Amino acid sequence: MFAKFSPLPPPVAHHGADMPSVALQHINVSYGDVRALDDITFQLPRGAQVAIVGPNGAGKSTLFNVIAGIVRPTGGRVDIYGTEPGGHICVGYVPQRNRIDWRFPVTVTDVVLMGRTRKIGLFRRAGQADHRAVQEALARVRMDALANRQIGELSGGQQQRVFLARALAQEAELLLLDEPLTGLDLPSQEILLQILEELRAQGITILVATHDLNQAAAYFSTVLLLNHRVIALGKPVEVLTAALLREAYGSQLHVVHGGVDPQQSEDALLVADSCCGAAALPPVAYSERPMLHSPSVEDVLEQVRS
Amino acid sequence: MNLLELLLDPLQYPFMVRGLLAALMVGVICSTLGTYVILQGMAFLGDALAHAILPGVVLAYLLGWPLAVGALIVGIGTALGIGALSHKGEIREDTAIGIVFAGSFALGVAMLSTVQSYAVDLAHILFGDVLAVSSAELWLTLGLGLLVLATVVLFYKELLVITFDPVLAAVLRLPERFLRYLLLVLIAVTIVVALQTVGIALVLAMLVTPAATAQLLTRRLPTMMITAAILGALANVSGLYLSYYVNIAAGPAMVLVATAIFLLVFVFAPQRGLIGRRLIAKNQTIPTSARKYHLVQE
Repeated sequence: MFAKFSPLPPPVAHHGADMPSVALQHINVSYGDVRALDDITFQLPRGAQVAIVGPNGAGKSTLFNVIAGIVRPTGGRVDIYGTEPGGHICVGYVPQRNRIDWRFPVTVTDVVLMGRTRKIGLFRRAGQADHRAVQEALARVRMDALANRQIGELSGGQQQRVFLARALAQEAELLLLDEPLTGLDLPSQEILLQILEELRAQGITILVATHDLNQAAAYFSTVLLLNHRVIALGKPVEVLTAALLREAYGSQLHVVHGGVDPQQSEDALLVADSCCGAAALPPVAYSERPMLHSPSVEDVLEQVRS
Repeated sequence: MNLLELLLDPLQYPFMVRGLLAALMVGVICSTLGTYVILQGMAFLGDALAHAILPGVVLAYLLGWPLAVGALIVGIGTALGIGALSHKGEIREDTAIGIVFAGSFALGVAMLSTVQSYAVDLAHILFGDVLAVSSAELWLTLGLGLLVLATVVLFYKELLVITFDPVLAAVLRLPERFLRYLLLVLIAVTIVVALQTVGIALVLAMLVTPAATAQLLTRRLPTMMITAAILGALANVSGLYLSYYVNIAAGPAMVLVATAIFLLVFVFAPQRGLIGRRLIAKNQTIPTSARKYHLVQE
């Protein structure tokens, strides 16, 4: 009872570096009568880089909230590096872009320094080590030149990199990115994906929720197909099959022919969101995207066609 | 009469000196905390809290206590009550606030209507009377003000995170609930501090207007707070001088000056003012392509 009102944060949880980064056992989450997550069980090794795909409302954000320890599951057990979530400051979180007030009077440095809040501690000011961590993080996402900009003065891709830097300054070992690529122009997407690749090499575990099956296939070694339950988890080639996609997306999955350019008569995969309905979506033909020629996507298209 | 005489003339009256000191302190305190009020989008809550305090003020008045004591008790109580209500989720938060606000205000007016000098007293409480501030009230303002400012400084990092990105606060396991209630209580205390100067009806202006002006001029929270504090103090002091020379009520004069400053800044602010944005929009064709180029280069 009193713990809720205490100004003192709970102690930092134990971090077992040799343990699985994420281990979920029979996780259930219900909101009233609605079951958001149903018997989710999976384990990820340290350094895994996983794309989480699934239709809108499949529970991707809920899954992130469970892993981050923000939502307490109705049943099951979560372990992050060996201990239950709660007091883990090794979990870095990059929010969806529309959750942030971009007029807020903070500079790039201010935002990144927020990641150090727990490390600095109550009633203390940031020390040299904190400022160094902030600078290093900004250099790693190539934003050091813009450190004193107000966050609203940045492009979408730059803004995402700032939040990534914040997670790095936090010394996060597990990164949760919710739709980080949505609304970014292609160069920004490329930069972001390149940085993620570098982080993976350092053993940082990365979970990315995305709508873009193409990107999931092209950039991630592992794909988790989610629709309230785990439909499939594995290599893109194994997971992004026509049968499994139909199972996850149901009637929201459409096979369209030709795309915009009649010259490219390849079939393309169109995944419509339940929120806007298929009709409202622009005719996004995946055949137009530059990543088309990665083999796994070809496989997918092949299987959908057949 | 030269400028110096204009400034010094009112100071021959002790009540004006006390009034100016009160206006100055209230301007600084309200505007500083006001930055959080506008950044969290709590303007309505601030106004509601100010009105909900009325029964406490009236009770203290009827019992002959210092008004601030009654206001403080009811204000903090209401702040905690609103915090608790908004957690339940049965009704929308702004609806809950509206109900508490109107009901409590009605109770206060009803209590006050039992007194003979009803109209005069109500006007006094609604619109404040900065020239009637006593030395004791001045000290109380100073004490409460220092308390509020010290808390804002001590919890700066944490309040910033919870305001900017509550999800990060949850991930980092900051004491979220404590910080939320802390902010509500700080706002309640600030409103009590401002009551004497501008009254219940205009407290909101003290909280919101200088802070909103400062946001148009600054890019970081500390500078926004300092700018807001300076603007608030400036508006209040010059408002009081204005009321002295033009012979209008002091509270409204302060608010009018603050509003005038806001409008000026809203139009002329270098980057975010109406004119500034127009100019930036005109030159937009070049920056966009430059930005793209910049990204590709990286």
